[in-house]
Amino acid sequence: MILAVASGKGGTGKTTVSVNLARVFGSAVQLLDCDVEEPNGHLFLDGDLREEEIVTIPVPQVDESLCDGCSECSRFCQYHAIVSFGTAPLVFPAMCHGCGGCAKVCSRKAIHEVDKRIGIVETVRARNITLIQGRLDVGVAMAPPLIRAVKARLRNGVPAILDAPPGTSCPVITTLRGTDFVVLVTEPTPFGLHDLKLAVDVVRELGIPFGVVVNRVGIGDERVHAFCREENIPILLEIPDDRRIAEAYSKGRLIVEALPEYRGLFESLIGKTMSLKNAGRIVPAREVR
Amino acid sequence: MKIAFTTSGDNLDAPLDSRFGRAPKFLVYDSDANSFEVIDNQQSLNAAQGAGIQSAETVARSGAESLVTGHCGPKAFRVLHAAGIRIFNSDAPTVAAALKQYRAGLLAEANAADVEGHWA
Repeated sequence: MILAVASGKGGTGKTTVSVNLARVFGSAVQLLDCDVEEPNGHLFLDGDLREEEIVTIPVPQVDESLCDGCSECSRFCQYHAIVSFGTAPLVFPAMCHGCGGCAKVCSRKAIHEVDKRIGIVETVRARNITLIQGRLDVGVAMAPPLIRAVKARLRNGVPAILDAPPGTSCPVITTLRGTDFVVLVTEPTPFGLHDLKLAVDVVRELGIPFGVVVNRVGIGDERVHAFCREENIPILLEIPDDRRIAEAYSKGRLIVEALPEYRGLFESLIGKTMSLKNAGRIVPAREVR
Repeated sequence: MKIAFTTSGDNLDAPLDSRFGRAPKFLVYDSDANSFEVIDNQQSLNAAQGAGIQSAETVARSGAESLVTGHCGPKAFRVLHAAGIRIFNSDAPTVAAALKQYRAGLLAEANAADVEGHWA
């Protein structure tokens, strides 16, 4: 079972839900922090660093003595990472997506690929949780290759929770692809609702079953609830706007440890997502009853 | 010779655009024939990244030997320089006024980017 926790609007409580879910899991679970630009799951888990690996992507390097200025590489590249005007090509490594196409189309074999470091993947053990997190190097503009490296370390047969980055662009898509179920965390405010709708569109486009968690119920209004009703989207959990939750969070403490009365809520979330996932229930737009 | 100007309009009285990578169009003036053509740069306006590189490729393909613009970023500069195009910064309000400055030799040639990239 691979469960992703995403949102739309940032700061709704993805990490809160992810780390607390992982902690109440009765057995071994993998927690993948896919917000590689700003991993924060580790702040709530007391663990030992087991492994650290450097991640690279291949970028082109041109041997100018072999280049005949045909510009095929430049024509091929969709990302303007290699540019030629009948002269020796200019390479922009920061634009390169590592597809290897330029090297393939070069008839003079003048291009070979060198590894460019983009970040690291760390594995941390915290009791039943194996935390796998990516850290993108400062200055690197592309997250997806590192997110793919984090996901590549998923072990078959062990349940996994993926803490997605905020928003709905490339890093989120990369995280959500191939997961079994998506939990969308939102807050009951106009801003929360606006971005939730974007996230719902994305998850429907990807064809993954999903449900909503409404966090900080009590602030804002009822429009998120109304939207979910109209769209037949299951609300899996409601977390009240409890100041003690914010206090625990700000001290780097798990809710289910600081406020044990909340354990039941998170345990029930696991049960609900499992049964929805097993039913393979995809929630289409405006399903007619 | 051909001189390219960044612009949002369709003739010499059009405003000179201060940006290069995201300029909506290029007006390429041919000083020998005293004529000009306008090249659309919508592609670069819509690009998420690499607008400067794409714009520089467009200008290079137009056959321009010089470029007059408000500002030019580092990636664009690198490409224009490799293509052998001379870059001049101008804050003239229109293409015609910038052309006048260029002809009077009032514009200094840039030997580096004068602004950061927008993605920096």
